[in-house]
Amino acid sequence: MVTVRIPTPLRTVSGGQSEVKIPAGTLRQCLEELEARFPGFKARICEDSGNVRRFVNIFVNGEDIRFLSGLDTPLNPGDEVTIIPSMAGG
Amino acid sequence: MGFARSLRCRECGTEYPLDARYVCTECFGPLEVTYDLDALRRVLTRDRIERGPHSLWRYRDLLPVGDGPTVDLHAGFTPLIKAENLGRKLGLRNLYIKNDAVNPTYSFKDRPVAVAASKALEFGFDTLACASTGNLAASVAAHAARAGLNCFVFIPADLEAGKVVNMAVYGATLVPVRGSYDQVNRLCTELADRHGWAFVNINLRPYYAEGSKTLGFEVAEQLGWRAPDACVVPVASGALFTKVAKGLQELASVGLVEPRTVRMYAAQAAGSGPVADAFARRSLEVRPVKPNTIAKSLAIGDPADGYYVLKLIYETGGAAVGVSDDEVVAGIKLLAETEGIFTETAGGVTIATLKRLAEGGAFRPDEVVVAFITGNGLKTQEAVAGTLTVPDAIEPTVAAFEAAFGRTLPAVSARR
Repeated sequence: MVTVRIPTPLRTVSGGQSEVKIPAGTLRQCLEELEARFPGFKARICEDSGNVRRFVNIFVNGEDIRFLSGLDTPLNPGDEVTIIPSMAGG
Repeated sequence: MGFARSLRCRECGTEYPLDARYVCTECFGPLEVTYDLDALRRVLTRDRIERGPHSLWRYRDLLPVGDGPTVDLHAGFTPLIKAENLGRKLGLRNLYIKNDAVNPTYSFKDRPVAVAASKALEFGFDTLACASTGNLAASVAAHAARAGLNCFVFIPADLEAGKVVNMAVYGATLVPVRGSYDQVNRLCTELADRHGWAFVNINLRPYYAEGSKTLGFEVAEQLGWRAPDACVVPVASGALFTKVAKGLQELASVGLVEPRTVRMYAAQAAGSGPVADAFARRSLEVRPVKPNTIAKSLAIGDPADGYYVLKLIYETGGAAVGVSDDEVVAGIKLLAETEGIFTETAGGVTIATLKRLAEGGAFRPDEVVVAFITGNGLKTQEAVAGTLTVPDAIEPTVAAFEAAFGRTLPAVSARR
Protein backbone atom coordinates (compact mmCIF):
# COMPACT_ATOMS: atom_id res chain seq x y z
CA MET A 1 0.00 0.00 0.00
CA VAL A 2 1.15 3.54 -0.72
CA THR A 3 -0.25 6.67 0.90
CA VAL A 4 -1.58 9.42 -1.38
CA ARG A 5 -2.04 12.90 0.06
CA ILE A 6 -4.84 14.77 -1.66
CA PRO A 7 -4.88 18.59 -1.70
CA THR A 8 -8.01 20.62 -0.99
CA PRO A 9 -8.84 21.46 -4.64
CA LEU A 10 -9.08 17.70 -5.43
CA ARG A 11 -11.18 16.73 -2.44
CA THR A 12 -14.36 17.56 -4.34
CA VAL A 13 -13.68 14.38 -6.37
CA SER A 14 -12.21 12.32 -3.53
CA GLY A 15 -15.36 12.58 -1.45
CA GLY A 16 -13.63 14.89 0.99
CA GLN A 17 -10.81 12.45 1.81
CA SER A 18 -7.41 14.06 2.38
CA GLU A 19 -5.44 10.82 2.40
CA VAL A 20 -6.01 7.39 0.82
CA LYS A 21 -4.06 4.15 0.96
CA ILE A 22 -3.95 2.15 -2.27
CA PRO A 23 -1.98 -0.72 -3.79
CA ALA A 24 0.28 0.37 -6.69
CA GLY A 25 3.67 -0.65 -8.12
CA THR A 26 4.21 2.50 -10.17
CA LEU A 27 2.91 6.03 -10.13
CA ARG A 28 0.99 5.35 -13.33
CA GLN A 29 -0.85 2.46 -11.64
CA CYS A 30 -1.44 4.70 -8.66
CA LEU A 31 -3.22 7.30 -10.82
CA GLU A 32 -5.28 4.59 -12.59
CA GLU A 33 -6.36 3.24 -9.21
CA LEU A 34 -7.29 6.75 -8.03
CA GLU A 35 -9.35 7.23 -11.21
CA ALA A 36 -11.11 3.87 -10.62
CA ARG A 37 -12.03 4.93 -7.10
CA PHE A 38 -12.78 8.56 -7.84
CA PRO A 39 -13.99 9.00 -11.44
CA GLY A 40 -12.75 12.32 -12.85
CA PHE A 41 -9.66 12.42 -10.62
CA LYS A 42 -7.17 11.82 -13.41
CA ALA A 43 -8.67 14.35 -15.81
CA ARG A 44 -8.09 17.06 -13.23
CA ILE A 45 -4.33 16.52 -13.06
CA CYS A 46 -3.49 14.93 -16.42
CA GLU A 47 -3.88 16.10 -20.02
CA ASP A 48 -5.82 14.02 -22.53
CA SER A 49 -2.48 12.52 -23.64
CA GLY A 50 -2.05 11.10 -20.14
CA ASN A 51 0.88 13.37 -19.24
CA VAL A 52 0.74 15.26 -15.95
CA ARG A 53 -0.36 18.88 -16.49
CA ARG A 54 2.59 21.27 -16.36
CA PHE A 55 1.17 23.20 -13.39
CA VAL A 56 0.67 20.07 -11.28
CA ASN A 57 3.58 18.76 -9.24
CA ILE A 58 3.74 15.19 -7.97
CA PHE A 59 6.23 14.11 -5.34
CA VAL A 60 7.22 10.63 -4.17
CA ASN A 61 8.68 10.73 -0.67
CA GLY A 62 9.30 14.46 -1.13
CA GLU A 63 11.12 14.19 -4.48
CA ASP A 64 9.66 15.75 -7.65
CA ILE A 65 8.86 12.91 -10.08
CA ARG A 66 10.55 14.89 -12.86
CA PHE A 67 13.82 14.10 -11.05
CA LEU A 68 12.73 10.43 -10.82
CA SER A 69 11.14 8.45 -13.66
CA GLY A 70 7.97 10.50 -14.12
CA LEU A 71 4.83 8.35 -14.24
CA ASP A 72 7.02 5.24 -14.46
CA THR A 73 8.51 5.96 -11.04
CA PRO A 74 8.34 2.68 -9.05
CA LEU A 75 6.45 2.71 -5.77
CA ASN A 76 7.17 0.56 -2.73
CA PRO A 77 4.89 -0.24 0.20
CA GLY A 78 4.89 2.68 2.62
CA ASP A 79 5.83 5.29 -0.01
CA GLU A 80 4.11 8.64 0.17
CA VAL A 81 2.71 10.34 -2.93
CA THR A 82 1.89 14.05 -2.70
CA ILE A 83 0.01 15.99 -5.36
CA ILE A 84 0.18 19.79 -5.18
CA PRO A 85 -0.44 22.67 -7.54
CA SER A 86 2.65 24.45 -8.88
CA MET A 87 3.06 27.67 -6.85
CA ALA A 88 4.63 31.03 -7.45
CA GLY A 89 7.42 32.04 -5.21
CA GLY A 90 9.37 34.55 -3.42
CA MET B 1 -16.17 49.19 -4.71
CA GLY B 2 -13.15 48.45 -6.85
CA PHE B 3 -12.90 47.38 -10.47
CA ALA B 4 -11.81 43.76 -9.89
CA ARG B 5 -14.53 41.42 -11.16
CA SER B 6 -13.53 37.77 -10.83
CA LEU B 7 -10.81 35.18 -10.55
CA ARG B 8 -10.27 33.40 -13.87
CA CYS B 9 -8.28 30.25 -14.61
CA ARG B 10 -5.37 31.09 -16.89
CA GLU B 11 -5.66 27.67 -18.50
CA CYS B 12 -9.31 26.75 -18.99
CA GLY B 13 -10.99 30.13 -18.39
CA THR B 14 -13.37 28.98 -15.62
CA GLU B 15 -14.42 31.99 -13.51
CA TYR B 16 -14.77 32.19 -9.73
CA PRO B 17 -15.82 34.87 -7.23
CA LEU B 18 -13.13 37.03 -5.62
CA ASP B 19 -12.49 34.85 -2.56
CA ALA B 20 -9.45 33.19 -0.95
CA ARG B 21 -8.96 30.44 -3.52
CA TYR B 22 -5.93 30.00 -5.72
CA VAL B 23 -6.37 26.95 -7.92
CA CYS B 24 -8.96 26.05 -10.54
CA THR B 25 -10.98 23.11 -9.25
CA GLU B 26 -11.65 22.00 -12.85
CA CYS B 27 -8.07 21.70 -14.08
CA PHE B 28 -5.75 22.74 -11.23
CA GLY B 29 -4.60 25.78 -13.24
CA PRO B 30 -3.53 29.09 -11.66
CA LEU B 31 -6.13 31.83 -11.15
CA GLU B 32 -5.75 35.47 -12.13
CA VAL B 33 -7.77 38.58 -11.21
CA THR B 34 -9.89 40.12 -13.98
CA TYR B 35 -11.09 43.74 -14.08
CA ASP B 36 -13.91 45.70 -15.61
CA LEU B 37 -11.73 47.35 -18.22
CA ASP B 38 -14.64 49.27 -19.81
CA ALA B 39 -15.46 50.93 -16.49
CA LEU B 40 -11.78 51.66 -15.91
CA ARG B 41 -11.47 53.30 -19.34
CA ARG B 42 -14.30 55.66 -18.41
CA VAL B 43 -13.01 56.56 -14.94
CA LEU B 44 -9.25 56.32 -14.95
CA THR B 45 -7.14 59.25 -16.11
CA ARG B 46 -3.47 60.16 -15.85
CA ASP B 47 -4.51 63.10 -13.68
CA ARG B 48 -6.46 60.89 -11.25
CA ILE B 49 -3.36 58.73 -10.75
CA GLU B 50 -0.96 61.68 -10.51
CA ARG B 51 -3.07 63.21 -7.71
CA GLY B 52 -2.81 59.96 -5.71
CA PRO B 53 -0.36 59.10 -2.92
CA HIS B 54 3.35 58.67 -3.65
CA SER B 55 3.12 54.92 -3.15
CA LEU B 56 1.74 51.93 -5.02
CA TRP B 57 -1.75 52.92 -3.81
CA ARG B 58 -1.90 55.63 -6.51
CA TYR B 59 -2.78 52.67 -8.78
CA ARG B 60 -5.44 51.37 -6.41
CA ASP B 61 -8.09 51.32 -9.17
CA LEU B 62 -5.94 48.74 -10.98
CA LEU B 63 -5.45 46.56 -7.90
CA PRO B 64 -7.91 44.02 -6.41
CA VAL B 65 -8.46 45.79 -3.06
CA GLY B 66 -11.80 47.58 -3.21
CA ASP B 67 -12.42 50.50 -0.86
CA GLY B 68 -11.48 48.86 2.44
CA PRO B 69 -8.48 49.68 4.63
CA THR B 70 -5.05 48.81 3.27
CA VAL B 71 -1.88 47.76 5.07
CA ASP B 72 0.37 50.66 4.20
CA LEU B 73 4.14 50.84 4.72
CA HIS B 74 4.37 53.24 1.79
CA ALA B 75 5.68 50.65 -0.64
CA GLY B 76 6.39 51.59 -4.22
CA PHE B 77 6.78 54.79 -6.23
CA THR B 78 10.51 54.16 -6.12
CA PRO B 79 13.01 56.12 -8.24
CA LEU B 80 13.48 55.56 -11.97
CA ILE B 81 16.99 56.81 -12.62
CA LYS B 82 18.54 57.60 -15.98
CA ALA B 83 21.80 55.65 -15.91
CA GLU B 84 24.13 57.90 -17.93
CA ASN B 85 27.39 56.38 -16.66
CA LEU B 86 26.42 52.74 -17.01
CA GLY B 87 24.69 53.54 -20.31
CA ARG B 88 27.93 55.05 -21.67
CA LYS B 89 29.82 51.86 -20.78
CA LEU B 90 27.21 49.70 -22.48
CA GLY B 91 26.55 51.93 -25.52
CA LEU B 92 22.99 52.81 -24.46
CA ARG B 93 21.79 56.41 -24.55
CA ASN B 94 18.45 55.81 -22.82
CA LEU B 95 19.18 53.27 -20.10
CA TYR B 96 17.10 53.50 -16.92
CA ILE B 97 17.41 51.76 -13.56
CA LYS B 98 14.17 51.10 -11.66
CA ASN B 99 15.55 51.14 -8.12
CA ASP B 100 13.18 48.99 -6.06
CA ALA B 101 15.94 48.34 -3.50
CA VAL B 102 14.65 51.37 -1.53
CA ASN B 103 11.24 49.98 -0.57
CA PRO B 104 10.28 49.80 3.15
CA THR B 105 11.88 46.36 3.61
CA TYR B 106 14.41 46.90 0.83
CA SER B 107 12.98 44.77 -1.94
CA PHE B 108 10.14 44.81 -4.51
CA LYS B 109 8.29 42.24 -2.38
CA ASP B 110 6.62 45.08 -0.45
CA ARG B 111 4.40 45.61 -3.51
CA PRO B 112 2.75 42.17 -3.67
CA VAL B 113 2.71 41.89 0.13
CA ALA B 114 0.96 45.25 0.57
CA VAL B 115 -1.88 43.90 -1.59
CA ALA B 116 -1.88 40.41 0.00
CA ALA B 117 -1.83 41.75 3.59
CA SER B 118 -4.74 44.07 2.78
CA LYS B 119 -6.70 41.12 1.37
CA ALA B 120 -5.83 39.01 4.46
CA LEU B 121 -7.49 41.68 6.64
CA GLU B 122 -10.48 41.88 4.32
CA PHE B 123 -10.95 38.09 4.37
CA GLY B 124 -10.63 38.02 8.17
CA PHE B 125 -7.40 36.00 8.52
CA ASP B 126 -5.48 36.41 11.79
CA THR B 127 -2.14 35.00 10.61
CA LEU B 128 0.04 36.02 7.68
CA ALA B 129 2.59 33.47 6.40
CA CYS B 130 4.86 32.67 3.46
CA ALA B 131 7.52 30.45 1.98
CA SER B 132 10.45 32.66 1.14
CA THR B 133 13.99 32.91 -0.22
CA GLY B 134 14.44 35.85 2.18
CA ASN B 135 13.07 39.07 0.73
CA LEU B 136 9.44 38.00 0.90
CA ALA B 137 9.80 36.87 4.54
CA ALA B 138 11.04 40.31 5.62
CA SER B 139 8.20 42.03 3.83
CA VAL B 140 5.55 39.67 5.20
CA ALA B 141 6.92 40.05 8.75
CA ALA B 142 6.90 43.86 8.49
CA HIS B 143 3.39 44.07 7.03
CA ALA B 144 2.09 41.62 9.66
CA ALA B 145 3.56 43.83 12.39
CA ARG B 146 1.96 46.90 10.86
CA ALA B 147 -1.42 45.17 10.50
CA GLY B 148 -1.34 43.52 13.94
CA LEU B 149 -1.43 40.00 12.48
CA ASN B 150 0.41 36.91 13.70
CA CYS B 151 3.19 35.85 11.36
CA PHE B 152 5.00 32.66 10.37
CA VAL B 153 7.76 32.76 7.77
CA PHE B 154 9.33 29.60 6.33
CA ILE B 155 12.83 29.84 4.83
CA PRO B 156 15.64 27.58 3.64
CA ALA B 157 18.05 27.30 6.61
CA ASP B 158 21.10 28.47 4.59
CA LEU B 159 20.04 32.08 3.86
CA GLU B 160 22.33 35.12 4.14
CA ALA B 161 22.73 36.48 7.69
CA GLY B 162 21.56 39.98 6.71
CA LYS B 163 18.30 38.63 5.32
CA VAL B 164 17.62 36.59 8.45
CA VAL B 165 18.14 39.63 10.74
CA ASN B 166 15.97 41.71 8.42
CA MET B 167 13.03 39.29 8.80
CA ALA B 168 13.52 38.37 12.48
CA VAL B 169 13.47 41.94 13.78
CA TYR B 170 9.72 42.38 13.19
CA GLY B 171 8.84 39.70 15.74
CA ALA B 172 7.60 37.03 13.33
CA THR B 173 8.00 33.32 14.09
CA LEU B 174 10.87 32.16 11.87
CA VAL B 175 10.83 28.57 10.65
CA PRO B 176 14.20 27.65 9.09
CA VAL B 177 13.83 24.45 7.08
CA ARG B 178 16.62 22.06 6.11
CA GLY B 179 16.02 22.05 2.39
CA SER B 180 15.81 24.09 -0.79
CA TYR B 181 13.22 26.82 -1.44
CA ASP B 182 11.27 24.37 -3.61
CA GLN B 183 11.03 22.01 -0.64
CA VAL B 184 10.01 24.83 1.71
CA ASN B 185 7.34 25.84 -0.79
CA ARG B 186 5.98 22.30 -1.01
CA LEU B 187 5.82 22.11 2.79
CA CYS B 188 3.93 25.40 2.96
CA THR B 189 1.48 24.33 0.25
CA GLU B 190 0.62 21.34 2.43
CA LEU B 191 0.45 23.48 5.58
CA ALA B 192 -1.86 25.96 3.87
CA ASP B 193 -4.31 23.08 3.59
CA ARG B 194 -4.12 22.32 7.32
CA HIS B 195 -4.04 25.73 8.97
CA GLY B 196 -6.35 28.60 8.24
CA TRP B 197 -3.50 31.00 7.56
CA ALA B 198 -3.04 33.54 4.81
CA PHE B 199 0.01 32.25 2.94
CA VAL B 200 0.57 35.28 0.75
CA ASN B 201 2.20 33.36 -2.10
CA ILE B 202 -0.07 30.33 -1.88
CA ASN B 203 -3.73 30.81 -1.01
CA LEU B 204 -3.60 34.60 -1.62
CA ARG B 205 -1.42 34.24 -4.68
CA PRO B 206 -3.85 35.69 -7.27
CA TYR B 207 -4.04 38.94 -5.26
CA TYR B 208 -0.43 38.95 -4.11
CA ALA B 209 0.92 38.66 -7.64
CA GLU B 210 -1.14 41.67 -8.82
CA GLY B 211 0.95 43.98 -6.59
CA SER B 212 3.96 43.53 -8.85
CA LYS B 213 2.07 45.11 -11.78
CA THR B 214 2.71 48.46 -10.12
CA LEU B 215 6.37 48.22 -11.19
CA GLY B 216 5.17 48.30 -14.78
CA PHE B 217 2.71 51.14 -14.06
CA GLU B 218 5.37 53.27 -12.39
CA VAL B 219 7.98 52.82 -15.08
CA ALA B 220 5.48 53.96 -17.72
CA GLU B 221 4.32 56.95 -15.65
CA GLN B 222 7.89 57.97 -14.79
CA LEU B 223 8.90 57.78 -18.46
CA GLY B 224 6.19 60.38 -19.15
CA TRP B 225 3.35 57.91 -19.77
CA ARG B 226 5.02 55.69 -22.33
CA ALA B 227 6.13 52.08 -22.25
CA PRO B 228 9.85 51.36 -22.70
CA ASP B 229 11.24 49.48 -25.71
CA ALA B 230 12.78 46.75 -23.57
CA CYS B 231 12.76 45.51 -19.96
CA VAL B 232 15.39 43.36 -18.24
CA VAL B 233 13.75 41.60 -15.29
CA PRO B 234 15.13 38.93 -12.93
CA VAL B 235 13.26 35.62 -12.91
CA ALA B 236 12.82 33.29 -9.92
CA SER B 237 9.22 32.00 -9.98
CA GLY B 238 8.51 34.27 -12.95
CA ALA B 239 5.60 36.08 -11.29
CA LEU B 240 7.34 39.48 -11.28
CA PHE B 241 8.34 39.16 -14.92
CA THR B 242 4.83 38.36 -16.12
CA LYS B 243 3.26 41.06 -13.94
CA VAL B 244 5.57 43.83 -15.18
CA ALA B 245 4.41 42.94 -18.67
CA LYS B 246 0.76 42.72 -17.55
CA GLY B 247 1.04 46.16 -15.94
CA LEU B 248 2.30 47.72 -19.15
CA GLN B 249 -0.39 45.96 -21.19
CA GLU B 250 -3.17 47.07 -18.83
CA LEU B 251 -2.12 50.72 -19.07
CA ALA B 252 -2.44 50.41 -22.84
CA SER B 253 -5.81 48.61 -22.49
CA VAL B 254 -7.29 51.43 -20.43
CA GLY B 255 -5.87 54.05 -22.79
CA LEU B 256 -3.22 55.64 -20.55
CA VAL B 257 -0.27 54.78 -22.82
CA GLU B 258 0.10 54.01 -26.52
CA PRO B 259 0.13 50.26 -27.17
CA ARG B 260 3.57 48.98 -28.12
CA THR B 261 5.46 45.71 -28.02
CA VAL B 262 7.89 45.79 -25.11
CA ARG B 263 10.69 43.25 -25.57
CA MET B 264 10.96 41.26 -22.33
CA TYR B 265 14.36 39.91 -21.29
CA ALA B 266 14.67 37.40 -18.43
CA ALA B 267 17.72 37.48 -16.15
CA GLN B 268 18.71 34.29 -14.36
CA ALA B 269 21.77 32.85 -12.65
CA ALA B 270 23.17 29.93 -14.64
CA GLY B 271 23.19 27.87 -11.43
CA SER B 272 19.42 28.26 -11.17
CA GLY B 273 18.38 28.89 -14.74
CA PRO B 274 15.56 26.60 -15.85
CA VAL B 275 14.00 29.40 -17.94
CA ALA B 276 17.34 30.34 -19.55
CA ASP B 277 17.94 26.63 -20.26
CA ALA B 278 14.53 26.30 -21.93
CA PHE B 279 15.16 29.44 -23.99
CA ALA B 280 18.53 28.03 -25.12
CA ARG B 281 16.57 25.03 -26.46
CA ARG B 282 13.95 27.43 -27.93
CA SER B 283 11.39 25.46 -25.95
CA LEU B 284 8.34 26.26 -23.81
CA GLU B 285 9.00 23.31 -21.54
CA VAL B 286 10.66 24.21 -18.25
CA ARG B 287 12.70 21.34 -16.81
CA PRO B 288 13.21 21.81 -13.06
CA VAL B 289 16.77 22.06 -11.71
CA LYS B 290 18.46 21.84 -8.30
CA PRO B 291 19.69 25.40 -7.69
CA ASN B 292 23.33 26.16 -6.94
CA THR B 293 24.07 29.90 -7.05
CA ILE B 294 24.97 32.82 -4.78
CA ALA B 295 21.81 34.54 -6.07
CA LYS B 296 19.67 32.89 -3.41
CA SER B 297 16.68 35.16 -3.91
CA LEU B 298 16.45 33.71 -7.43
CA ALA B 299 17.17 30.10 -6.40
CA ILE B 300 13.89 28.55 -7.47
CA GLY B 301 14.45 25.38 -9.46
CA ASP B 302 10.81 24.84 -10.42
CA PRO B 303 9.40 28.22 -11.46
CA ALA B 304 5.60 28.12 -11.41
CA ASP B 305 5.30 30.87 -14.03
CA GLY B 306 8.25 29.72 -16.15
CA TYR B 307 5.98 28.70 -19.04
CA TYR B 308 4.33 32.14 -19.12
CA VAL B 309 7.73 33.86 -18.97
CA LEU B 310 8.89 31.91 -22.01
CA LYS B 311 5.65 32.65 -23.87
CA LEU B 312 6.15 36.38 -23.29
CA ILE B 313 9.78 36.18 -24.41
CA TYR B 314 8.84 34.51 -27.70
CA GLU B 315 5.84 36.80 -28.30
CA THR B 316 7.80 40.02 -27.73
CA GLY B 317 11.14 39.08 -29.32
CA GLY B 318 13.04 39.05 -26.03
CA ALA B 319 15.47 36.49 -24.63
CA ALA B 320 16.55 34.72 -21.44
CA VAL B 321 20.13 34.71 -20.19
CA GLY B 322 21.86 32.68 -17.46
CA VAL B 323 24.96 34.36 -15.98
CA SER B 324 27.75 32.94 -13.81
CA ASP B 325 28.23 33.79 -10.13
CA ASP B 326 31.42 35.71 -11.03
CA GLU B 327 29.38 37.83 -13.43
CA VAL B 328 26.84 38.43 -10.64
CA VAL B 329 29.51 39.86 -8.35
CA ALA B 330 30.95 41.95 -11.20
CA GLY B 331 27.42 43.19 -11.97
CA ILE B 332 26.84 44.32 -8.37
CA LYS B 333 30.11 46.26 -8.42
CA LEU B 334 29.51 47.72 -11.88
CA LEU B 335 26.15 49.20 -10.84
CA ALA B 336 27.55 50.50 -7.55
CA GLU B 337 30.62 52.11 -9.15
CA THR B 338 28.80 53.68 -12.10
CA GLU B 339 25.45 54.73 -10.61
CA GLY B 340 25.87 54.64 -6.82
CA ILE B 341 23.26 51.93 -6.32
CA PHE B 342 24.14 48.93 -4.12
CA THR B 343 22.02 45.94 -5.08
CA GLU B 344 21.78 42.38 -3.84
CA THR B 345 22.77 39.35 -5.88
CA ALA B 346 19.52 39.32 -7.89
CA GLY B 347 20.39 42.86 -9.08
CA GLY B 348 23.86 41.60 -9.97
CA VAL B 349 22.15 38.97 -12.13
CA THR B 350 20.09 41.70 -13.83
CA ILE B 351 23.08 43.96 -14.54
CA ALA B 352 25.23 41.04 -15.76
CA THR B 353 22.38 40.02 -18.08
CA LEU B 354 21.94 43.61 -19.30
CA LYS B 355 25.68 43.78 -20.05
CA ARG B 356 25.65 40.51 -21.99
CA LEU B 357 22.61 41.58 -23.98
CA ALA B 358 24.05 45.04 -24.76
CA GLU B 359 27.38 43.57 -25.83
CA GLY B 360 25.55 41.05 -27.98
CA GLY B 361 23.68 43.81 -29.84
CA ALA B 362 20.20 43.18 -28.39
CA PHE B 363 19.42 46.92 -28.20
CA ARG B 364 19.73 49.84 -30.59
CA PRO B 365 21.74 52.66 -28.94
CA ASP B 366 18.75 55.05 -28.65
CA GLU B 367 16.19 52.55 -27.38
CA VAL B 368 14.59 53.07 -23.97
CA VAL B 369 15.82 50.13 -21.88
CA VAL B 370 14.81 49.60 -18.23
CA ALA B 371 16.71 47.28 -15.86
CA PHE B 372 14.76 46.27 -12.75
CA ILE B 373 16.78 46.30 -9.52
CA THR B 374 14.64 44.39 -7.04
CA GLY B 375 16.64 44.17 -3.80
CA ASN B 376 19.16 45.95 -1.59
CA GLY B 377 22.87 45.13 -1.40
CA LEU B 378 22.97 45.31 2.40
CA LYS B 379 21.00 42.05 2.42
CA THR B 380 23.71 40.00 0.70
CA GLN B 381 26.97 41.61 1.78
CA GLU B 382 28.68 38.20 1.79
CA ALA B 383 28.57 38.18 -2.00
CA VAL B 384 30.95 41.12 -2.45
CA ALA B 385 32.65 41.60 0.93
CA GLY B 386 35.52 39.24 0.06
CA THR B 387 36.27 41.08 -3.19
CA LEU B 388 36.61 44.54 -1.62
CA THR B 389 39.77 45.91 0.01
CA VAL B 390 39.47 47.88 3.23
CA PRO B 391 42.92 49.38 4.04
CA ASP B 392 44.53 49.14 7.47
CA ALA B 393 43.76 51.98 9.90
CA ILE B 394 46.16 54.94 10.06
CA GLU B 395 47.08 57.35 12.85
CA PRO B 396 45.11 60.64 12.73
CA THR B 397 48.03 62.64 11.29
CA VAL B 398 48.73 64.19 7.89
CA ALA B 399 52.05 62.38 7.78
CA ALA B 400 50.41 59.01 8.29
CA PHE B 401 47.91 59.70 5.51
CA GLU B 402 50.60 60.85 3.06
CA ALA B 403 52.73 57.83 3.93
CA ALA B 404 49.90 55.40 3.39
CA PHE B 405 48.08 56.98 0.43
CA GLY B 406 50.39 59.64 -1.09
CA ARG B 407 51.70 57.44 -3.85
CA THR B 408 48.28 56.16 -4.89
CA LEU B 409 46.61 59.60 -5.23
CA PRO B 410 47.41 60.16 -8.94
CA ALA B 411 45.96 56.73 -9.79
CA VAL B 412 42.79 57.46 -7.82
CA SER B 413 42.26 60.79 -9.65
CA ALA B 414 42.90 59.17 -13.01
CA ARG B 415 40.06 56.71 -12.43
CA ARG B 416 37.53 59.53 -12.56
